[in-house]
Amino acid sequence: MAGPADTDLVPHSPEEGVRDRSGLYSTARYVGARLGGSLVSLFAVIVTSFFLFRIIPGDPVDAMTHGRPVSIEQKQQLRREFGLDDPLYQQFLDYLWGVVRLDFGQSFQFSRPVTELIGERLWPTLLLVGTAVAISALIGLTLGVNGAWRHGSTSDRVNTGLALTLWSVPSFWLGLILIVVFSSTLGWFPTSGMRTEGVSGWEAVPDVAHHMVLPVVTLVAVLYAQYLMIMRSSLLDEMGSDYIVTARAKGLRDALVRRRHAVPNALLPTVTLIFVNLGFVVFGSVLVETIFSWPGLGQLFYSGLNVPDLPLVQGLFVFFSAAVILMNLLADLLYPVIDPRVRP
Amino acid sequence: MTAPETISTSSPRRLTWARRRRSAAQFWQQYRRNRGGMFGLVVLLLFVATALLAPWIVGQDALSVTRPPGAPLQGPSQAFLLGTDRSGRSVLDLIIWGSRVSLTVGFWATFISITFGALLGIAAGHFHGWISTVIMRVTDWFLVMPSLVLGVALAAVLGRSLTTIIIAIGVTAWPTTARLVRAQTLAVEARPYIERAHALGGGHWHVMSRHVLPNVMPIVLAQTTLMVGTAILTESTFAFLGLGDPTTASWGGTIQAARDVGAVSARMWWYILPPGIAIVLVVLAFTLCGRAIEGVLNPKLRERRS
Repeated sequence: MAGPADTDLVPHSPEEGVRDRSGLYSTARYVGARLGGSLVSLFAVIVTSFFLFRIIPGDPVDAMTHGRPVSIEQKQQLRREFGLDDPLYQQFLDYLWGVVRLDFGQSFQFSRPVTELIGERLWPTLLLVGTAVAISALIGLTLGVNGAWRHGSTSDRVNTGLALTLWSVPSFWLGLILIVVFSSTLGWFPTSGMRTEGVSGWEAVPDVAHHMVLPVVTLVAVLYAQYLMIMRSSLLDEMGSDYIVTARAKGLRDALVRRRHAVPNALLPTVTLIFVNLGFVVFGSVLVETIFSWPGLGQLFYSGLNVPDLPLVQGLFVFFSAAVILMNLLADLLYPVIDPRVRP
Repeated sequence: MTAPETISTSSPRRLTWARRRRSAAQFWQQYRRNRGGMFGLVVLLLFVATALLAPWIVGQDALSVTRPPGAPLQGPSQAFLLGTDRSGRSVLDLIIWGSRVSLTVGFWATFISITFGALLGIAAGHFHGWISTVIMRVTDWFLVMPSLVLGVALAAVLGRSLTTIIIAIGVTAWPTTARLVRAQTLAVEARPYIERAHALGGGHWHVMSRHVLPNVMPIVLAQTTLMVGTAILTESTFAFLGLGDPTTASWGGTIQAARDVGAVSARMWWYILPPGIAIVLVVLAFTLCGRAIEGVLNPKLRERRS
């Protein structure tokens, strides 16, 4: 959510893969290199998560039991349980082995395995974020195309200005304002949660949708600006190209030049970027989920942060980072498929 | 354009300065044409003035929790234009004081991340081989980690203070700058005059500081302006998540306090609305300035946006 609107988020330039044009072999090499890079990043993240949460000042047990009355025996029990008395390399190896088995230990707060909690909370987040990204991509791309095609017009200026303003809005504040207006004052939408108690079966679908309106609107408002700006500048780049001039010279209608020639090419970098952003958006939902008490990963992270529930925060840290790495990998692998110009 | 052409007499140093003055004047002329940029600049100057003058505008006791000037949670009145907060302090005074926090964090975090980003970016672009590889690997790694997660984790682990937030933002925000600067460095170093400098015996340091740096500076300047806005937004997020120093009056912290006392369900608009509007205005101002600078420095963008 804190990403700047128009910077380069595609981590690997696709051109790096263009070296050898001998078909299958080079494809395998491209895929292999990307996979290897992702694994290295993932490993780095796991190492970071270990050191970040164990080495930096403070006794983890003190942090874990912060604000609770615990006896010395209980503390020693905890130290044993978390292996804190083992030598560092032993702890690290245990941690690695745990991560490999997708075991991040027990949540201190919920007394349940972290992995189980993540699995449970994953779906609400995916539903919320997926809907929000789909809607903001639709709005952002449409407005971006229109803005670029008629750049400098009043509607372009208004749309760009509005997008930049909304991009500057802190999502948590916008969420609170929406609650004040549409829940507290008008009473149109529920203030929090995902469903009304007692509603089940097919009736739950409109109920969940009703609960989703405000959080989705909040996310869309802060998200769509990026897509708009990227689509707009990418289409503006294409509009200067020779093939557009040729298409016009052939006497094609304006709408046809736009739909069949300019937009498909301008769409490529934008789609990749949306994909890459998806990983970040999952984490960006922390604030919105917290404001609306949406029972997803973001809210889980926030609750873990306040305790602090170290195993939980650690597990989510790895999970969020892994999501970004995975999305980056998918974007890297998809790019040559959708854009023949950079095919390895 | 405006400077007279009669300065060709004396030392090279004077010549250089005259040239710099001329290009600055030219820059300003083009910047002035960007209406959004001018709006941003005016808003920015207003906020900077407010932040600098805050100790004189707001009385010493105005922010004291123990001896607050008013009753808690009162609506707007003659004495308190924007009402009072949960301990009876004027919300307007909190907003005025908050501009210091936001701008301080914004500037320092940006300073750290831009310095890191520019130095590493130039090094990665100038040196080839393993140095470049290592730097870019690390950059990619930081880029992949959601910076807010790392920042939140850092802030949670290092304790709650303004310095922690500055470090957390600064340390996580540099990779975009590094990539940008590296690309620009590569472009600059491909030019023939760099080869000439090498041929004349210029070392790494000479080439990087005298040739690459001046050419990279414009891009860094635009990036800096954009980044201050992002940093301020991130700061408010951290403060809202409760990671900020609870004793300083930051805008994000004020919103969090408002939420904590139930201002949302009680519809205390005067408590929630102002800090958010302040954030939006400052971030928008920095973004508009950054885009205007970018537009002046990049003629291709200027043609498009005019």
